[in-house]
Amino acid sequence: MTDSPITAPPAAAERLRATRPRVRTRLGSSIVAMAAALIVVALTWWSLFAFWASFADGAPWPVTVIVVFLAAAALAVPAAAGQAVQAALQARSLDRAGNHAAARVAAARARDMQWYVLGFGLAALVVAFLAFLLGTNDGAVREVFFRSDIFGKSFRGLTAAFWLNIKIFMATEVLVLVWALLVAVVRQIPGRAGAPIRFLAVAYVDVFRGLPAILVLTLVVFGFQLAKLPGLSLLSPPQQLFWLVVLALTLVYGAYVAEVYRAGMDSIHWSQAAAARSLGLSQGQTLRYVIIPQGVRRMLPPLLNDFIGLQKDTALASVVGTVEVFNKAGLYKSQFFNLTAVAVAGLLFLIMTIPLARFTDWLIRRDQQRTLVG
Amino acid sequence: MAATDDQPGQLPPYVEFAGVHKHYGPNHVLRGIDLDIGHHEVVCFIGASGCGKSTLLRCVNALEEIQQGQIRVAGEAASGPGVDVDFLRRVVGIVFQGFNLFPHMTVLRNITLAPTKVLKLPEAEARARAIALLERIGLADKAGEYPDRLSGGQQQRVAIARALAMEPEVMLLDEITSALDPALVGEVLAMVRELVDEGMTILMATHEMGFARDVANRICFMSEGNLAEVGTPDEIFQDPQDERLRSFLRRVTEARRM
Ligand SMILES: Nc1ncnc2c1ncn2[C@@H]1O[C@H](COP(=O)(O)OP(=O)(O)OP(=O)(O)O)[C@@H](O)[C@H]1O
Ligand SMILES: [Mg+2]
Repeated sequence: MTDSPITAPPAAAERLRATRPRVRTRLGSSIVAMAAALIVVALTWWSLFAFWASFADGAPWPVTVIVVFLAAAALAVPAAAGQAVQAALQARSLDRAGNHAAARVAAARARDMQWYVLGFGLAALVVAFLAFLLGTNDGAVREVFFRSDIFGKSFRGLTAAFWLNIKIFMATEVLVLVWALLVAVVRQIPGRAGAPIRFLAVAYVDVFRGLPAILVLTLVVFGFQLAKLPGLSLLSPPQQLFWLVVLALTLVYGAYVAEVYRAGMDSIHWSQAAAARSLGLSQGQTLRYVIIPQGVRRMLPPLLNDFIGLQKDTALASVVGTVEVFNKAGLYKSQFFNLTAVAVAGLLFLIMTIPLARFTDWLIRRDQQRTLVG
Repeated sequence: MAATDDQPGQLPPYVEFAGVHKHYGPNHVLRGIDLDIGHHEVVCFIGASGCGKSTLLRCVNALEEIQQGQIRVAGEAASGPGVDVDFLRRVVGIVFQGFNLFPHMTVLRNITLAPTKVLKLPEAEARARAIALLERIGLADKAGEYPDRLSGGQQQRVAIARALAMEPEVMLLDEITSALDPALVGEVLAMVRELVDEGMTILMATHEMGFARDVANRICFMSEGNLAEVGTPDEIFQDPQDERLRSFLRRVTEARRM
């Protein structure tokens, strides 16, 4: 390595130096960004104003506050564009002064700012579009989805009906957790002797994952009521309906959750079972103390996903005549010829499902971090 | 114990292999293993990767089935139909290359799980037993930690302690130092040496030739599912007969020199 014959400078670097373009200052694109930003602000303000003006007897003060706030926030778009232009100008003068490195830094800032223009600008356009939609035709769209007088008249009835959705959800959830575990464990029974019951478990999962939930509900609820299932008459008619709905949803979601359990157990490496078995633990003990507790952690995110689905699907109970929130909202809809009640029902679902969805995401992220670290 | 015709005063072999054949599908992995291992004997299995060392050990505690022949442990059948798996796994302890600690349990719980659930020891007693073992290996302060907070060497020592907590009579050690940093190999081997000194019967698959030479009573060189050569460490290392063993040892020495 000491007396290398290679003394000439590397040719590639020289060639690059000779042919490399000047620093890209991004001045042109920044000016375009500025023009676009101004158009976006104009559109946003115009549609916000139209929305604000669409209230027949003056906008209520919270609406005014929100409109003003959004209008002010839209100014972030030209502000970013201004910074982009400024940085680009700086880059140009630095470049001309021969300070290429500093010019590249300034140009990079101009580019960052252009991305802000794009991101904030798109968000502003979405807001503008929604405001336009809600304000158009003298606020007719807004009135269809939200009229405060109807909101006042229907809110109590809707929350009362929604309580039934919550009860259906909770009862089903508990039953699904137990029932699906049973199905998943049965599927793991080894050997010839287990074959028939294993087959039943597989068939159950295939059938109920394949059927639309609405169809199962109809079959189970109407079918069992028509067939006058023995024991059913011990319950009052509303209770019959409630428990048959719970049964149908349990059958449907049990099939999904059984698969979640199975995937969770399968994801535990076989060497864990080998270690447990060689310590003398029985098959059942191995499942209970080693496989399931580890599987549950990985099952949790998909499990919660299924439960979000279940929360929403409680609305399907309306097809068999349960007066839950969607059904109730439909009654208000026909009564007032207005969709406010349905929109409120939607909000009630969101209040339930969004926290669960956030929680699920948080769990998944935490799990990912843990696997990255460990 | 079955009626035996052994000499008075001489113990019967503790682990016996007689004509053992094992297939994984078309893959004929063990091709007629015959070997008797006595009480307190330490036998090391060496040989190229894939020659069947792990498979042989896993057959001893019936983690794998064999297709032909017979394995006996402590005078009882350890293969074929009607094996008393509970008995077998109480007298046989096994430690794996990959530690296989239970990651969702603390170190202490890893060790007490089997004693409480299998031996039905009271919780306090199992705990005392585990703490005593952890003290012996100098890891008592890690009792409350989860395995992933321990170094590889510490994890492997805990895995050995976990097997010992069942008070087995024979230990199967399957390349227990292969997954470790060279710097951590020593602490694990020191623990094995203690077991040897206490008179534990040990079957050990290993690539640590120096260690095998030190502690083994006998060394078995495996090649393509056969015991190609069995002998004392001196016989194996100083005077190898089998050509495959000679070339294996040559390769090992060369690898060490690099
Ligand atoms: N579960 C299995 N299914 C199918 N084939 C297997 C299985 N386990 C091992 N084998 C095969 O059996 C042969 C022997 O494997 P084994 O793990 O016993 O080798 P080994 O001597 O322990 O090797 P190493 O030193 O790499 O651990 C190999 O050919 C391997 O591919
Ligand atoms: Mg191996």
